Amino acid sequence: MITLAHFLVLGGILFVLSVAGIFINRRNVILLLMCIELMLLAVNMNFVAFSRFMENMDGQVFVFFILTVAAAEAAIGLAILVTLFRNRNSINVDDLDVMKG
Amino acid sequence: MQEQNTTFTMPDFLPALPEMFLLGAACVVLLADLFFPGRNRGLTWLLSLVALAGTAVCVLALEVGEHGVMTFSNTFVLDQLAILMKLAVLAASATVLVYSRHYLAARDLHRGEFYTLTLFSTLGMLVIISAPHLLTLYLGLELMSLCLYALVALNRDSAVGAEAAMKYFVLGAIASGLLLYGMSIIYGVTGSLQLDEIAAFIGAQEERHLGLVLALTFVVAGLAFKLGAVPFHMWLPDVYHGAPTPVTLLIGSAPKIAGFALVFRLLVEGMEHLYVDWRDIFILMSVLSLVAGSVVAIAQTNIKRMLAYSTIGHIGFLLMGFIAGTSEGYSAALFYALVYVLMALGAFGMILLLSRKDFEADNLDDLRGLNARSPWFALVMLLVMFSMAGVPPTIGFHAKLAVLSAVVNAGFLWLAVLGVIAAIVSAFYYLRVVKLMYFDEPQDNAPLSGGIDMRVLLSSNGIAVLVLGLMPGALLTATIAAIP
Repeated sequence: MITLAHFLVLGGILFVLSVAGIFINRRNVILLLMCIELMLLAVNMNFVAFSRFMENMDGQVFVFFILTVAAAEAAIGLAILVTLFRNRNSINVDDLDVMKG
Repeated sequence: MQEQNTTFTMPDFLPALPEMFLLGAACVVLLADLFFPGRNRGLTWLLSLVALAGTAVCVLALEVGEHGVMTFSNTFVLDQLAILMKLAVLAASATVLVYSRHYLAARDLHRGEFYTLTLFSTLGMLVIISAPHLLTLYLGLELMSLCLYALVALNRDSAVGAEAAMKYFVLGAIASGLLLYGMSIIYGVTGSLQLDEIAAFIGAQEERHLGLVLALTFVVAGLAFKLGAVPFHMWLPDVYHGAPTPVTLLIGSAPKIAGFALVFRLLVEGMEHLYVDWRDIFILMSVLSLVAGSVVAIAQTNIKRMLAYSTIGHIGFLLMGFIAGTSEGYSAALFYALVYVLMALGAFGMILLLSRKDFEADNLDDLRGLNARSPWFALVMLLVMFSMAGVPPTIGFHAKLAVLSAVVNAGFLWLAVLGVIAAIVSAFYYLRVVKLMYFDEPQDNAPLSGGIDMRVLLSSNGIAVLVLGLMPGALLTATIAAIP
């Protein structure tokens, strides 16, 4: 029997993976964008699980909105990535160090 | 088939009239801009200002009772607090547009995107301000933030701008993720997304629920990212530095009011019963922000970076109002946010005035000898700097006084003492600007840029800092009346 706790643990693991991915990854900005998507999906997992087990629809409605916003966010992130690549010829995270102080 | 016995009633659209007007107007600007001829975007500019003015008229035309009105199945609220903050946000955005025009026109940045994105991010702020529901809050926040990310990268040929935009985007997205994770746990524990139901659920519990404390931690971390409080402030100096100055002006002004609204709606209206828990995190963030804001700013030579660290320090003061945890404290924090926006508009507006084609006046040295070039604008900058430092009789003094007396009344004398020390240390770098303007020789003698509209508005901005400081009564009364 799969219980609410299983879903929450899965959501938690996905969330931790995404945060760890953002902070450990020093190579590629695209990986950062993927981690951000994963983070939002982890939250969706939580919302859907709560919604299902409480028999309350609000959480599932919220998930639809998060998915939509995530799509818009990915579009803007990739657009910024293109500008970055045009100017730098690199999408290495370590190269994002012109400004300091 | 299960029989459906729900009936659909039309929601009351009237309370959301300003948002609907601004949405329509922003779409009109977006379309109309395509048909305006040439590189001159003067008509787009005018149309955007008309859109903001029309929205303000809609806000003023609405009547709300003492408790405000809820609509759209309790996902939208209009109360006295919302009206005051909406008017402030609209005024700040309109000021940004007036200050920015000449700067953008002198570079190849005068495009319709700037205006439409500014209007949409203003719409996002209005939605945040009116959010009594986690979903509305999230959507407003994202609408505001996504437009701001794109605006930071407005100058497509600037490597610094692209880097700043990427940093802002990644950290902003992490903040949204943390906030959402916290919201999902709140939803799981309380079974509701509506802030008043959440508050009622938490209030009815005998012991505090461990899940709620966990959720609170995520929510506060997300909020701190958005506000730029230490230790979540890393993005702020880079974004202020890397963004085109008009965008810095926008990010540094109106979103602070939306940030106040975000914290107030979520933590005060939603989770006031957990006050003791979030207060301790806020105390830590406030102390760190005060220290970082006053000490690190001294080492900066770029005026935009200096103002970024000064923002961090001001956020430390703003948080003090929340730490007090009383109506007095909340209205002091609101007053501080409004005053800060007024001062930030003046300071960044001055950078825009001093910049001209192919020249960015973003180093402290560019302010040297401003008194010899233009005594009047040197005086305006002097007033703004004095106000940021909290020197009487400017408005900044009353703002600091209000938050400090609120925390003293709540029993945090040591925090108030620390705030005063931080204010004295930060006075050093504000007064250094004054010294550069009045006692140093000018490095270049080019005439100041900016049209008559900007000069008049910037002058009245400086005068407002002084006049409101002499007569703070009306604004103080308005902020006290806005917090129930």
